[in-house]
Amino acid sequence: MEWETVIGLEIHVQLATKTKIFSGSSITFGAEPNTQACAIDLAMPGTLPSPNEQAFRFATMFGLAVNAEIGKRSVFERKNYFYPDLPKGYQTTQLAEPIVGRGYVDLQLEGGRTKRVGIHHAHLEEDAGKSLHEDYHGMSGIDLNRAGTPLIEVVTDPDMRTSEEAVAFARKLHSLVTSLGICDGEMSQGSMRFDVNISVRPKGQEELGTRTETKNLNSFRFMERCIHQEVERQIEVLEDGGTIKQETRLYDGDTHTARSMRSKEEANDYRYFPCPDLLPVIIDDDYIEAVRKMLPELPDARQARFEATFGLSNYDAGSLSADAATSAFFESTAAACGDAKLAANWVMGEVSARLNSEELSIAAAKVSPEQLAGLIVRIKDQTISNKIAKTVFEAMWDGEGNADEIIEAKGLKQVSDSGALEKIVDEVIANNSAQVENYRSADESKRPKMLGFFVGQAMKASRGQANPQQLNAILLAKLEG
Amino acid sequence: MDVSEIEKLAHLARLNINDETIDETAKSITGVLALVDQLQAANTDGTAPMAHPLDAIQKLRIDEVSEPNQRERFQAIAPATEDGLYLVPKVIE
Repeated sequence: MEWETVIGLEIHVQLATKTKIFSGSSITFGAEPNTQACAIDLAMPGTLPSPNEQAFRFATMFGLAVNAEIGKRSVFERKNYFYPDLPKGYQTTQLAEPIVGRGYVDLQLEGGRTKRVGIHHAHLEEDAGKSLHEDYHGMSGIDLNRAGTPLIEVVTDPDMRTSEEAVAFARKLHSLVTSLGICDGEMSQGSMRFDVNISVRPKGQEELGTRTETKNLNSFRFMERCIHQEVERQIEVLEDGGTIKQETRLYDGDTHTARSMRSKEEANDYRYFPCPDLLPVIIDDDYIEAVRKMLPELPDARQARFEATFGLSNYDAGSLSADAATSAFFESTAAACGDAKLAANWVMGEVSARLNSEELSIAAAKVSPEQLAGLIVRIKDQTISNKIAKTVFEAMWDGEGNADEIIEAKGLKQVSDSGALEKIVDEVIANNSAQVENYRSADESKRPKMLGFFVGQAMKASRGQANPQQLNAILLAKLEG
Repeated sequence: MDVSEIEKLAHLARLNINDETIDETAKSITGVLALVDQLQAANTDGTAPMAHPLDAIQKLRIDEVSEPNQRERFQAIAPATEDGLYLVPKVIE
């Protein structure tokens, strides 16, 4: 039987405010445990929540960026469940009247295909603290620094049909929130966490299959892998005549497997009710229009601008414009070196390769845009070849200085002095008389291929520093001579 | 409300209701629900549900850090702490 996969996503996005959603505690990442947890965050008796204006502004920016209706009246509710990292015994969240209503996001997929994914709604809520299950004398440790961090939870319609579409949506959302500056996008720190709802149904069937939810995916790669595994598992169960149990599964990034959460961990009756500690928040049209005016350039517009202004291909413009920090890195490099095409190639090539292999974000790149521009300028003025430039780049990355300093210190300057090049060529010809003989007696059509051998020898003799065009010309003249 | 519903609610709310009082509890909650039924009989067509008994709107706070670290004071009254963490009965075996 042919099966169709149906995927919906819920994404928790931590907002890049200075303070928590209901208290004036800082939310700086990595602070000592419980040093950013005040009486409100700890649910001390007698405390009252005080909502953060910036969280509403950020949520409104998000809503406008996904073409959504903004909830002019938004109401907080209590979602009741017991867990030690939730001191109040309920999460303050929104249900019936969220800040962001229906919207959509358009995706560009491989092969020029486009896809529209519906946003069901997005609501404001507070994050929980963290439970540490290492052994503290048979007890669990609780860190409440994260408790009360403002989140928007974005809920999509079940519009995605493949893992490719789901990952493309996740990347687009990451690109949007980082471009808006409302989230730092650091997935490894939990700034964006994805829950994936997956079901399968026989192709052509209208009715949805029973879905499972896999929680807490914090990388695009995990998400893709998890979807493949879960789809395969569900199809196997159904083809064996079984039924899918609606359940919540937790993905483990270390073992790359998901397991069913036990019912004990699963709360199933949240008994929502409007929070009596908070009044409705009212937003008017003037506010919404003022926020709209503040919106920065969004990825789609940036991509179009990169194509139009810098003459980049659709693909290059797309991959450089997706992330705000990468875009800024590229634009600074291009401006400083005056060659957008070369800047694009280097940012997408060497820079991104080093970042990937060291698992760093572009903000942590060990070469600055100015340094990279300094290197590109030396390629353009033919001080060094492309190949040598890669050596210089590695040295720059390893902290050995700027391009010019490295070229000088390592003596990597391209040899363009024709006297010196002729000397090298003469030596190569003298040392390889048999090959020279072969070349000269070979058919005209075979010679270009044979020339490669001499170029290689001469390059090696110059330690890779010979100007390639000049070297070719001299070799040809001497061999044909 | 029958006894099994009361037991379920008590579990969700982590309340300990003993066997002697459970019938009495079921009876009194049923009484409260009867009052709610009476209220629900009122015609509310065209009336938007209220989110709060006060007819007022929420004031928002400027996003500036105002809460200093007072961990030591809070942890002084906690039953158990270690390495700055609050310790609680183990959540996951």
